[in-house]
Amino acid sequence: MLTGGLIVVASFIYVGLLFAIAAYGDKRADAGRSLIANPCIYALSLAVYCTSWTFYGSVGRAATGGMGFLSIYIGPTLMAALWWYLLRKMIRISKANRITSIADFVASRYGKSQILGGLVTIIAVVGVIPYIALQLKAISTSFSIILNYPGVAMPERIGSRFFLDDNTFYIAMLLAVFTILFGTRHLDATERHEGLVAAIAFESLVKLVAFVAVGLFVTYGMYDGFGDLFRRAAENPQLHALMALGGESGSYTAWASLTVLSMFAVMFLPRQFQVAVVENVDERHLNKAIWLFPLYLLAINVFVLPIALGGLLHFSSGGVDADTFVLTLPIAQAQPWIALLAFVGGLSAATGMVIVETIALSTMLCNDLVMPLLLRAAGARLAASRDLSQLLLGIRRGAIVGILMLGYLYFYLAGESYALVSIGLISFSAVAQFAPAIIGGLFWKGGNRRGAICGLSAGFVIWIYTLLLPAFAQSGWLPITFLSQGIFGIDLLKPQQLFGLNGLDEISHCLFWSMFFNVGLYVAISLLRAPDAAERSQASLFVDAHRQTPAAGSRFWRGSASMDELSTLLGRFLGPERARDALADYARQRGIRAPDALPADPLTVHHAESLLAGAIGSASARVMIASVVEEEPLDIGEVIHIIDEASQVLAYSRQLEQKSQELQAATNELRGANLRLQELDQLKDDFISTVTHELRTPLTSIRAFSEILLDNPALPQEQRDNFLSIIIRESERLTRLINQVLDLAKLESGNTVWQANAFDLREALEESLNAMSQVFQDNRLRVESHWPEDVAPIVADRDRVMQVLLNLLSNAAKFCTPGTGHVRVMLVHTPEALRVDVADNGPGICEQDQARIFDKFRQAGDTLTQKPTGSGLGLAISRQIIEHFGGRLWVVSEPGAGATFSFTLPCLGVLDDAQKP
Amino acid sequence: MKLRPATQHGLKGQRLAALFLLGALLFNYPLLQLFARGDMVFGVPLIYCYVFSAWAALIGLMALVVERGDSNG
Repeated sequence: MLTGGLIVVASFIYVGLLFAIAAYGDKRADAGRSLIANPCIYALSLAVYCTSWTFYGSVGRAATGGMGFLSIYIGPTLMAALWWYLLRKMIRISKANRITSIADFVASRYGKSQILGGLVTIIAVVGVIPYIALQLKAISTSFSIILNYPGVAMPERIGSRFFLDDNTFYIAMLLAVFTILFGTRHLDATERHEGLVAAIAFESLVKLVAFVAVGLFVTYGMYDGFGDLFRRAAENPQLHALMALGGESGSYTAWASLTVLSMFAVMFLPRQFQVAVVENVDERHLNKAIWLFPLYLLAINVFVLPIALGGLLHFSSGGVDADTFVLTLPIAQAQPWIALLAFVGGLSAATGMVIVETIALSTMLCNDLVMPLLLRAAGARLAASRDLSQLLLGIRRGAIVGILMLGYLYFYLAGESYALVSIGLISFSAVAQFAPAIIGGLFWKGGNRRGAICGLSAGFVIWIYTLLLPAFAQSGWLPITFLSQGIFGIDLLKPQQLFGLNGLDEISHCLFWSMFFNVGLYVAISLLRAPDAAERSQASLFVDAHRQTPAAGSRFWRGSASMDELSTLLGRFLGPERARDALADYARQRGIRAPDALPADPLTVHHAESLLAGAIGSASARVMIASVVEEEPLDIGEVIHIIDEASQVLAYSRQLEQKSQELQAATNELRGANLRLQELDQLKDDFISTVTHELRTPLTSIRAFSEILLDNPALPQEQRDNFLSIIIRESERLTRLINQVLDLAKLESGNTVWQANAFDLREALEESLNAMSQVFQDNRLRVESHWPEDVAPIVADRDRVMQVLLNLLSNAAKFCTPGTGHVRVMLVHTPEALRVDVADNGPGICEQDQARIFDKFRQAGDTLTQKPTGSGLGLAISRQIIEHFGGRLWVVSEPGAGATFSFTLPCLGVLDDAQKP
Repeated sequence: MKLRPATQHGLKGQRLAALFLLGALLFNYPLLQLFARGDMVFGVPLIYCYVFSAWAALIGLMALVVERGDSNG
């Protein structure tokens, strides 16, 4: 009546039920009414710890080791008491830091190290594969056995069959499909799967009910309760031994090391981390789980020893593997429904484990191993696409299939040689390697990346050497002499008596040596060097997690970053302009025209992070980036607030610095201005004294001659005329002086009316030379003039230019010695301008006077001892005029060798040429 | 007012840590050895009886510590 078809149908109905629960859970989650927001569901989901290893393997272990199997459940109970400190902290940290796997957790703690993330992933995958193989083996075995109903027969050896004939292969494929459907239907940035958790909780319930049902049946159906069963067993001396702590796995050392191992396993197995930390909805659910989860463990273990004893009593002739008693006892008693229930319970235990474990591992493989490598190898190409979710999903699905295939391979090649419990313990020992880095990292700020990497690697290597390789050797993959003689025949390196350590079972032996090196190196290397700033701030983020307020109401997740947010964030700390520039620079580097067109991909985020790191330190930068890249939980808001304050202080101090620099500059300017003012003041004094002096001289002579004329009416006509002409000359001089002062004032105030016309500079030169010819003749000076045939016209005020020429010529005449004086006038055509040189062979001007003679009332030489021979305004006015028309006026001179005054005026040559037909 | 929950919080954790130490003692050599001699009580092996009752008691104490007092402790 329990046909193969019925079993398959029952299995599929059961799996269909799981899907229905998962779908319902997801629907409720989408609607915001979480099905799993309940401490009981949380505790039940934690019971994914109990796999088919518990369901079938505990009985097998109890059948040989008595009570020894219990240490694997006592350990988690003890650990649960520490969850208050440990797990709560891990949950809080993970929620705050958006941690999605145990690899992520370790990597994040030690300065977001990719190497550590990859290392943890590799250890987890390698360590857990045998464990998955174990589940496959359990499903396969239980399926074969129940198919034989009503007969009780052990399945044949798997390894002798071709894998395509092996139903385990198809079970593995089916599980992969289930897992993909359950776990990677869509990409969730948070890696939370509410529906899945609901299904897992249901599975936990099913396996508990099934196991207890079998236990009750065996204890009360086959025997007359506990008393009867134990009494009958006690009559058999072999079975009596099982009721004590004894046997191979019953020694106290083994008991203690298994307790410790299981304490670590319940925290650090990838699937436990997944359900306990990642899938945790509310930190407060932990409170109830602290005692509900151990209670579950207690309940599922009460009947282990009775079933084992019952099985041993019933199949006293042997031939039935104790690992299968849960299934074979109901079959032997012709109880099809109980057998089916037991089968479904075992299926629950195995599928639950496989699904959660592979999802956790695939997340780790994708996020901590494949993506970092992929981003490194093909980052630019990946960055170009806006949506990486399909790629991520693909990687995860591939990882799930890969993990299950590896598990199958392990099972196919080695699974038969080991009892269930031994395989599981290998995995436990592997994940126990995470303990020093995680627990140390949670409470010891000094633990650093190098220490963690060295400790983990050493522990992993020891684990491979003392546990995994011997397992391979026993499966026949390695020569068995490897076990008995050690590698290269070195006795001290015997994998199960490393360095000659005898008397420990292989698990305790591995635990001791791996922890010895793991903890030792972690502590020693950490102490060698102080952690860098990034590690330190990350460490305090972890160690001081309890001091930060927990994230409340932060159930809203965002999957990706937006460029707006990123640039806003950058602008916030770098200043909007710098952020814009930096992003524009970065955009150029990547060959994108505008920063707005930058994709908000991991590369940009990374760049933004490194940009931020320059301003606010890398750890803060990471937190900031995390806040926009994924979610913005409350405590991140606080961090923003704190950093905002810090950046404000920074900005203030920068402003202060800037202000003080500005003040400094202003002071310098003021000092300069003051000097200039003093100089100007001096100039004004000089000006006034010069002007008064200049005015007084002609006035004095005018007055003197007028008085003479008034007092002596009898002067001869000739003398009168002479005096009158002097008076007229002096008045003219006075008028000229006043005119020049007025002229200069007008020029300087910009009120001059200029009349710019094109004219020929040669004509102006000729005219001025003619005007001056009398003066030159009077002083007996030789005048020489040169100009080219063809001269381009200039645009300027002709009268003003004449004024300049006359001034220069009269200066030359003034300073030349009469008789030997020689004045040379030259007109030179330079490409853009006309240059006029007026050279004399007078006394010259000393260097310090060369700059000053263009100042008002400045004259070469000492004005106090020598009689000034001009108003001292001519050159100042000339320079004003020349500069107004875009030219330059300067002097080249050497004392004793004459002086050459030159000016340039831009000419119209080019323009003129163009206008010519 | 602010001090009380914090103290309670700290106390809960310490009580649980103490229970951990108690459990570590209860389920280890040498205490285990006292009960591992194969004697029977009430028709049940002494060690079986001891481990499960100690286990249950430990869980009961943990529940008591966690659930007592304000629930959001």
